[in-house]
Amino acid sequence: MMDGSLLSATRRDFLRYATSAGALIVAAPLSACSRRPGEVEALVDGPPALVGAFIVIRPDETVLIAFPNPEMGQGVDTSLPMLVAEELGADFDKVETTQMPLELKRDEDGEIAWKYVGQGSGGSYSIVGHWEGLRRAGATARMLLVAAAAAEMGVDAAELTVAQGVIRHEVSGQETTFGAIASAAAALDVPEEEPALKPSEDFTLIGTPQKMKNARAIVTGNAVYGIDAEVPGMLHAVIARCPYFDGIANSVDDRAARSVPGVRDVVKIERPPLDGPYGVQAEGYAVVADSVWAALKGRDALSIDWNHGPYANESSPSFQAHCENLLTGQGQVVRDDGDFDAAFAAAATIHEAHYWQPYVSHAPLEPQNCIADVREDGIDIIGPMQMPSSANRLVAQAFDRDRLSIRVQPTRLGGGFGRRLTSDYALEAALTSAAVGKPVKLLWTREDDLRHDFYRPSGMHHLRAAFDAEGALTAWTHRLASASKYYRRPNMPETDYWQAELYPDDFPAHLVDNLRVEYFSARSGAPRGSWRAPAHTANAFVVQSFLDEIAIARGEDPLALRLRLLGESQELPYEQHGGPVFNPGRLAGVLRLAAEKGDYGAPMSEGCGRGIAAHFTFGGYVAEVVDVKIDADGRLSVPRVVAAVDVGTVVNPNGIAAQLESGVNDGLSTALRLAINIEGGRVVDGNFDTYQLMRIADAPREIETHIIDNGDPPAGMGEMGLPPLAPALANAIFQVTGRRIRNLPIGDQLRA
Amino acid sequence: MVRLTVNGEEREFQGDEEMPLLWYLREEAGLKGVKFGCGIAQCGACTVHIDGRAIRSCVTQMAAVDGASVTTIEGLSDGETLHPVQLAWIDEDVAQCGYCQAGQIMAVAAMLEETPDPSDEDIDRNLTNICRCGTYYRLRKAVHHAATLRKAGS
Repeated sequence: MMDGSLLSATRRDFLRYATSAGALIVAAPLSACSRRPGEVEALVDGPPALVGAFIVIRPDETVLIAFPNPEMGQGVDTSLPMLVAEELGADFDKVETTQMPLELKRDEDGEIAWKYVGQGSGGSYSIVGHWEGLRRAGATARMLLVAAAAAEMGVDAAELTVAQGVIRHEVSGQETTFGAIASAAAALDVPEEEPALKPSEDFTLIGTPQKMKNARAIVTGNAVYGIDAEVPGMLHAVIARCPYFDGIANSVDDRAARSVPGVRDVVKIERPPLDGPYGVQAEGYAVVADSVWAALKGRDALSIDWNHGPYANESSPSFQAHCENLLTGQGQVVRDDGDFDAAFAAAATIHEAHYWQPYVSHAPLEPQNCIADVREDGIDIIGPMQMPSSANRLVAQAFDRDRLSIRVQPTRLGGGFGRRLTSDYALEAALTSAAVGKPVKLLWTREDDLRHDFYRPSGMHHLRAAFDAEGALTAWTHRLASASKYYRRPNMPETDYWQAELYPDDFPAHLVDNLRVEYFSARSGAPRGSWRAPAHTANAFVVQSFLDEIAIARGEDPLALRLRLLGESQELPYEQHGGPVFNPGRLAGVLRLAAEKGDYGAPMSEGCGRGIAAHFTFGGYVAEVVDVKIDADGRLSVPRVVAAVDVGTVVNPNGIAAQLESGVNDGLSTALRLAINIEGGRVVDGNFDTYQLMRIADAPREIETHIIDNGDPPAGMGEMGLPPLAPALANAIFQVTGRRIRNLPIGDQLRA
Repeated sequence: MVRLTVNGEEREFQGDEEMPLLWYLREEAGLKGVKFGCGIAQCGACTVHIDGRAIRSCVTQMAAVDGASVTTIEGLSDGETLHPVQLAWIDEDVAQCGYCQAGQIMAVAAMLEETPDPSDEDIDRNLTNICRCGTYYRLRKAVHHAATLRKAGS
């Protein structure tokens, strides 16, 4: 495995290569990453930079490729190296992959920038962001290998072919291998010109199903997650945090805790400023000990009287009432095409519905944890992070250090789902380490995780639609009262909060003349953040449920209504993440394919139903057909889900299917039972006994993924599979029961 | 004092006997394949075998394992030769984040000892480990595949 010392041994910025024990290490010269305006700010906390990748070619013909983005189950440890290996011409069976540490630099203007490439995992952006750059890295390495082989053979480099790690001169029959020529290649200067990339029809690896690279390590228990990492001399810490939103301790008695054998210290962690940006999330008292068990016992022995904080009266019912009340007024109009009121007044038929989304938690199975070692000469951070640069920035700010003096090593993540875009636990670990003057490994328990999450925003949606006498959609409005995740951010006025919760270019924008989108910013003490496919989960649920309500009221088939509203293929502007274009024809395409493969409309037996829904999420188009079976007692099962996916050019179809299956199960689990309940200004649910994640018994026995590969630029796949599930499920439930699910989770709503 | 066997090695433990086996295995025996997920025997990420039975080590105190033989994911394979359940997991490409999978594999390996050819209903009844990534579709296929591999190998 490549370790940090080997990576850090390479010095030059991006035009560089070096040899180490006969191996060729390449970080290639690459073009600037072509992110779209606005996306960079949404996804990363630095400016776009030059992109590159590390490749190590060893004498034994194995190739090690470092993937830049943290692996959390989305498959980038396989899919990103595929981009490199395709252009390199490597034998992918001989490719090993490893996580790249966070690499930052100071640019010409003195600003902190990515040293090679963006390194965050979020927004289904890894493949999109690295599509060009990582292929160029592979192509550059191939140029060096070919040039060295040509010199050795005494032939023109243009006459050489590369395949499966073998460089061949067809005319003379000479051939050599990557491993044999690596040393010679390493002695060459990296060419200044950009290497040409293969046309897609020449791909031999991209588009082929590949299994995950690190499967053996996982099934043998050898994969190293953050929780498994160690540094010499480290102590263990757990933190007693204030359970009340923004509360603080009235008094603390830590004498009993300090007398627990193995406990070294108790350290106060200050809460962030009220209504100010989060660093850590809550005030807490860190118990530092020689072992996890001693730290846990010490925490149990703390006696803390917590003040209930400024949200002591907040509960789940009070927040719902607050949202309902807001919706009776006038909100912030964030899109206003045509004249909604006039069109609505002139309509032949109108439709209206309210829908409720609860707070939900990310609950990655690996609880938050982090190692921090704060020293005079630098700071080391090791842990599971989706956005290691945010840990770097938070810690640098807290200690007023140069960001380049803080080394961050992201480990494999035991799940992310958006929770680990926020690096509060890294800052907690660093503050604790600094206080005790030793490296500290911080561990969160499950209760810590469920009660101190940055929850998926909760809110009440109000939809209205109008049709004329000919059946054309003439007006549409989507009004949402929710507690936005865009709060407590620096320089973010409340008038911008809607941007995280409503996407005004979403369907049916541009397809209806009179469209109004309205937002009401609700107040809640519950911390909020990005939860897999963020606002798309809520918005797909309400819009795709509402379409079925409309179709049924109009006596139309729900699929037929969708198809006629979407219409033909055309490029509509889409300014939010996933744009710049939304093509309703592609959404119709996945609907048609899912309907066909999923036998949509075929007769169902008693107690069974079949629903359909589709959504455009972050550049990807997914439709799902969900089958349900509901018994006389209202017990629901989902035997089968059939999906159609259009995410442009397919890199790893096996990975696409895996992510679709994951999205289906995540969507189902969340729709069935998940809600975070608030009482008295604190989260009630503390563990999986009440926060009931789905187990295998409730998971669909059959999930089919059908892929449309139309050669468009690739989108990601980490999130797209989730949004259509809940509405397709609700639509199927209606078919069986005649009962419309307007409040999530489904819970006991169907019980007789 | 607690005497136990871990992956075939005899060991002694003289610390706090209320400590869950989970933390002993992870911190003192260095067996990090045993994972912490919930601490209340809900998720099963900490599943190990005690005398051949699948047990959730996060709620099993050290006092309860005196004289026991413990097998963790690290001790499941026969050296480099993987257990049929591990092989099936690779063949079916089950894992995503992978964090729960050692516990899943240990639960399945124990189940197959009792129920060598499980039906889907057997799987639903016996497998209660949580996979947050939702790999259940492939996981179910891998259980059936493991049952086949196991029969072929016996």
